[in-house]
Amino acid sequence: MDNVSVMEKANYEVRTNKVMPLSILSLDGKVNEDLLPDLSDDQLRELMRRMVFTRTWDQRAISLQRQGRLGFYAPVSGQEASMIGSEFALNKEDFVCPGYRDMPQIVWHGLPMYQAFLYSKGHQHGGEIPEDVNVLMPQIIIGAQIVQSAGVAMGLKKRGKKNVVITYTGDGGSSQGDFYEGMNFAGAFKLPVIFVVQNNGYAISTPSSKQTAAETIAQKGLAAGIKSVQVDGMDVLAMYKAVQDAAERGRNGEGATLIEAITYRFGPHSMSGDDPTKYRTKDEESEWVLKDPIVRFRQYLEAKDLWTEEDETKTIEEAKQTVADQIKKAESTAKMTIPGLIDSMFESTPSHLEEQKKAYLEKEGN
Amino acid sequence: MAQMTMIEAIKDAMRVELERDENVLLFGEDVGHVGGVFRATEGLQKQFGEDRVFDTPLAESGIGGLALGLGIQGFRPIAEIQFIGFIFEVMDSIAAQASRMRYRSGGKYNSPITFRTPFGGGVHAPELHTDSLEGLMMQTPGIKVVVPSNPYDAKGLLISAIRDNDPVFFMEHLKLYRSFRGEVPEGEYTVPIGKANVVREGSDVTIITYGAMVHTSLKAAEELEKQGVQAEVIDLRTLMPLDIETIVESVKKTNRAIVVQEAQKTSGAAAEIMAQINEKAILHLEAPVIRVAAPDTVVAFGQIEKEWLPNEKKVIAGVNQVINF
Repeated sequence: MDNVSVMEKANYEVRTNKVMPLSILSLDGKVNEDLLPDLSDDQLRELMRRMVFTRTWDQRAISLQRQGRLGFYAPVSGQEASMIGSEFALNKEDFVCPGYRDMPQIVWHGLPMYQAFLYSKGHQHGGEIPEDVNVLMPQIIIGAQIVQSAGVAMGLKKRGKKNVVITYTGDGGSSQGDFYEGMNFAGAFKLPVIFVVQNNGYAISTPSSKQTAAETIAQKGLAAGIKSVQVDGMDVLAMYKAVQDAAERGRNGEGATLIEAITYRFGPHSMSGDDPTKYRTKDEESEWVLKDPIVRFRQYLEAKDLWTEEDETKTIEEAKQTVADQIKKAESTAKMTIPGLIDSMFESTPSHLEEQKKAYLEKEGN
Repeated sequence: MAQMTMIEAIKDAMRVELERDENVLLFGEDVGHVGGVFRATEGLQKQFGEDRVFDTPLAESGIGGLALGLGIQGFRPIAEIQFIGFIFEVMDSIAAQASRMRYRSGGKYNSPITFRTPFGGGVHAPELHTDSLEGLMMQTPGIKVVVPSNPYDAKGLLISAIRDNDPVFFMEHLKLYRSFRGEVPEGEYTVPIGKANVVREGSDVTIITYGAMVHTSLKAAEELEKQGVQAEVIDLRTLMPLDIETIVESVKKTNRAIVVQEAQKTSGAAAEIMAQINEKAILHLEAPVIRVAAPDTVVAFGQIEKEWLPNEKKVIAGVNQVINF
């Protein structure tokens, strides 16, 4: 045993370091100049406009859902920074693979809003993604978008394109096997994927503390050998910077990044009967309201004379008008038909389905 | 014409398609460097390079997701799932994702994916390696299900599957991989998906079957001939879409039918075939259609596998039951 050296336990035990989330904007609207991403005044104003617009759209969508004019709806208020900031850092040719709450990202990436409404209403045209829009529709199976994003990224890489794929899930989604499989594939094949976990503290009602014993979700990326960071998800500038850095790495062939965005949803999980008061305290909710991504960013922009009350009012009115127009367009779209649905199953409809289609067509004729 | 085993024919089909279309990619666990656990892909990585024929990490759901995403980017993936029991790990990609990609995206994207997997009993494979899961796939809207029974069909059907713009679940019976050779043309040809093959003509009873049971049924038909019973044997080749026209035509002629499947009896392919015969040809029947199938248990791998699987004797007994009704 002479040649066996004495080892300290610290040498062979794998550990993660203490991490502090990337934060650029303070609660009172001051910024860390060293970390500030390179954004023009117009871009800063546009980020704000999109966040304010999205919050109004969210409030209108909730009300439409209550009136029975929308189907499933997952509120987004509170998560505007992580949603808008991350998408804003992408190019139009980059590809978005969203989870079920991530409708804002795909609409800002190009999907017409009335199609998002149609999708919610269960109309197939909702998912008929326009030719120049690089998105998938929101994924319902938690985690499926994560393994698919590796495939899309491999495709982009094989085609020699300098584009990246961004995919979103939540703290609950990070417990799925697909979460690890997707990151592991991206790591093993060195694929340009940005995995964003919007950790809003709850998977419906289950708190993150019951979701994992891992200290951070960010550290889960280390197991897959990919770069992993934690970001203040209520800070739109930090989200923008984290995704911009990750996208640059992806474009340079340096592989994937996991971004854990610490955020909070102000509303319920969905409009289908979820009651957050059953699993969250009022105190906790009030604490997070102080971190409201729109309030923080507004303070910063107002101090720079880039945003006024007038801008805010104008944006809110614009959002209300857009939602009204787009829901009208969705509601005036001709209803789907069973024969149309049948014809969307295969490129060429097989005879047994033709027979079933004929039965419906005959009934319609009666 | 070349004489090939079914596994050689399957490899030949992939070679032809890899050569013809640069969007065809082939991947899965161990398919690259060593050429697959059954050597179905042997030499293909060497011929076409690691960019097109490659090993993946050991994760079936990851393989499914990779295929889905590559399909979105215009590639034509052939994804090998090493053994059929592992399908459950990738069931979401197949049954909830690939099958509805065309519907979900209003036709912008599709899933031109061929999921190849070995299955089938009689070779003493371990647990969860041989199950017949075609019934699950048949009940999944948006998936085609193909089960070849011989080298010629295997190559022609696999080429059709790879060229298909919708997902195809391609089941390769382990017992047929190397059990016999057959004539296989060089180069490209297709056997259409959705078209059955009458492999033996007869006037007294129709035996409807697929996969390895085609051979069992043919042997049974030879025995039955000695008893004076002329059995017609239909090799379905494709279970979804099902060639019900060929089945009905035969039943109208013979007025009696049995369905032979290696899978467990309840639900599944045989049940569906019987239901459709009932809908389309009941007045032509002289006896109820019956099933010759395995018991509704887990697959009896190992010791009692042979007794568990349908065999020639059980097929003959089934035919006699409908003849003597």
